[in-house]
Amino acid sequence: MIKIQQSATAFALLALTAGGAWAAKADVTIGMQLEPPHLDPTSAAAGAIDQALYSNVFEGLTRFGPDGSVGPGLAESWEISADGTMYTFNLREGVKFHDGTDFEATDVVFSLDRARAEDSANAQKALFSGIKSVEAIDPTTVVVTLNAPQGNFLFNMAWGDAVIVAPESIDDIKSNPVGTGAFKFSEWKRGDSITIERNADYWGAAPALEQATFKYISEPTAAFSAMMAGDIDAFYSYPAPENLVQFEADPRFTVLAGNTEGETILAINNKMEPFGDVRVRKAVSMALDRQAIIDGAMFGYGTPIGTHFAPHHPDYVDLTGNAPHDPEGAKALLAEAGYPDGFETTLKLPPPSYARRGGEIIAAQLRDVGIEAEISNLEWAQWLEQVFRGYDYGLTIVSHTEPMDIGIYARPTYYFQYDNSEFQALITALSVENDPATRTEMLQEAQRIISEDYVNGFLFQLALTSVVDARLDGIWPDAPTQAVDLTGVSWTE
Amino acid sequence: MLRYTVKRLGSLLASLVVASLVIFACIEVVPGDPASFMLGINAQPDTVAALREELGLNRAPHERYIAWVGGLMTGDFGTSYTYRSPVSEIVVERLAISLPLAIYALSLTILVAFPVGILAATRRGSLTDISVMATTQLGIAIPNFWFALLMVLIFAVNLRWFSAGGFPGWDEGIPAAIKALTLPAIALALPQASILARVMRSSLLDTLSEDYIRTARAKGLTGRQALRRHALRNALIPVLTIIGLQFSFLLAGAIIIENVFFLPGLGRLVFQAISQRDLIVVESVVMLLVFAVIIVNFLVDLAYAWVDPRLRSRA
Repeated sequence: MIKIQQSATAFALLALTAGGAWAAKADVTIGMQLEPPHLDPTSAAAGAIDQALYSNVFEGLTRFGPDGSVGPGLAESWEISADGTMYTFNLREGVKFHDGTDFEATDVVFSLDRARAEDSANAQKALFSGIKSVEAIDPTTVVVTLNAPQGNFLFNMAWGDAVIVAPESIDDIKSNPVGTGAFKFSEWKRGDSITIERNADYWGAAPALEQATFKYISEPTAAFSAMMAGDIDAFYSYPAPENLVQFEADPRFTVLAGNTEGETILAINNKMEPFGDVRVRKAVSMALDRQAIIDGAMFGYGTPIGTHFAPHHPDYVDLTGNAPHDPEGAKALLAEAGYPDGFETTLKLPPPSYARRGGEIIAAQLRDVGIEAEISNLEWAQWLEQVFRGYDYGLTIVSHTEPMDIGIYARPTYYFQYDNSEFQALITALSVENDPATRTEMLQEAQRIISEDYVNGFLFQLALTSVVDARLDGIWPDAPTQAVDLTGVSWTE
Repeated sequence: MLRYTVKRLGSLLASLVVASLVIFACIEVVPGDPASFMLGINAQPDTVAALREELGLNRAPHERYIAWVGGLMTGDFGTSYTYRSPVSEIVVERLAISLPLAIYALSLTILVAFPVGILAATRRGSLTDISVMATTQLGIAIPNFWFALLMVLIFAVNLRWFSAGGFPGWDEGIPAAIKALTLPAIALALPQASILARVMRSSLLDTLSEDYIRTARAKGLTGRQALRRHALRNALIPVLTIIGLQFSFLLAGAIIIENVFFLPGLGRLVFQAISQRDLIVVESVVMLLVFAVIIVNFLVDLAYAWVDPRLRSRA
């Protein structure tokens, strides 16, 4: 009897401490597939760097909100000159870098000059190409002068590639990132995890979490077991959509289905015959059954698109009707273009599952209209070499994850080699346009031009599906930029 | 014994030189540019060119070969293109997992295989022997990643005795680290132990039927004494060969198991480095593995001579 009592007491104690632990839970472990190569968001394209550090550790002059809107970051406010070429940023006062040094206007000058320098290794150097000069007026005022007005300058400054870094810590930034954010970098166990912890001296609202760990798990089956075993609290961009039904049915988890900025396209080599003929490109687009591709390759997650623009953007125009699924019509068009028996081409697929799985389905759909696409699977490095730089391909499938990247269609040497002077003029005009209504019109016109030219087969907007512990609150469902912003994340019990 | 050792050392050095040339040549022909990979599809061509220059990719192949081999000899493995930190540092971090894991798995292998193999050989044809043969056949046939997944489902997802994977690091304490390596080590050891037990059994059966065993028994030794003093020692040569091969395999070939348990080991490092075209890491790690394999073989050669004195004079 005494024994039973004892164990009952022990049990009660255990329950108490466990309960206490729950109430105090202020750390989170988030699973992700890709590990950053290093920790400098301003000198690599790897989205994994931004995912861990953007707005957690590093901040820019402006920042993205969960819906993709651009708001104040380290710049509290700004004035734009009447001609649109001069931006005066008023910086926040009392902001410190994690190493204790003060954040001042000179840091902004350093960061922007470094990004646009001749030997800059910034993967998005184009964001800074319009800058003529950056000057510090006083410790809290910076003036950026542009060569010409630039409608999306504030948007550009919100990118992870435009975060503010300090000259004092730049040498070690790749292994010891020092920013101004709500979290400071704590530890990187390479190959395993990155840990960040709450910055007690943060200028803004303190985050609810004391500590967060990003755990890198590349294998989909391992992601599943880690989630099920409770090793991780959330898996951001869960890699195996086939398991999502099981997670949805389990009350311990919530499945977040949101949007990314990733337009997934069947890219066409516009300079390779027979794709120079718009009728052939239209036939390819009409051969595609977008919903079947989304269902088959993405387990139903994804929104069909008819142009290279994110459907959740207010300026989006639904142009999916320009190329409805119509195999007979496609065959007729091919015959008209001189290919009554179809033709052979190549379909080169990079590693992501949207490409590999989607490729099989698309090849079958193309076969139905007489186009024999020979599939070859490439790794990214091979893809960059053959497709992206060598133009040695007929068709390929890629998701373009940069936000607002319709401007790539104005680069005639870009890998799909679309060369249309009307479109190029429109994009040039757009870049200097500041009036919101005119910008909307121009953006919609741009969407129409590439859609009606059937430049590429526009497939679907890549969905973001994350599996999250049901008690965890505040994980962004959408990915307006590649970031896992943890500043608003908390436990509900 | 000295001459034997020197001769083995000579062939070891020759192997290393040839290996370095072959590795470098293979890497040279692989298409793909590390700078383009790192900068992605939105980068401007001049940025890529600047990065290539910074990484030293524009130098002639023979200059890079000499710089690389020269570095290796002085212990400088170069700087990783993607991670931008010294390759030696990265490799040491990975070895802190791969080496203990390989040793752990090999210890389990030997601990299981030796008694099982000996038991089966000494009771040839018995029910024990037959069930050992059947079980080890199964152990070889089962894919180890499948076995690993099964263990994860049972011990991590359902029973929650272990984590589903990952490695806490040695600074979290040795018990925690050993615990994290236990399921992977078992998964790796299962097929290896099955192979080794069968080799042990058949090798021992061969020696047990030799004349000198009959002589030993005739001298008055019991079966057990004859086994321990004569048969076992002679049966060890093929077993040592297999152990040497298994260790090399476990060190570098654990990549599938590393993926299942998301362990940051050497295998995964090489795999990632290849896909990212981090050529300097690939070269240096492969070279290191070649070195490890050669050293292990060298040690196995020496061990042969130790168990079989006749080999010393033959050399």
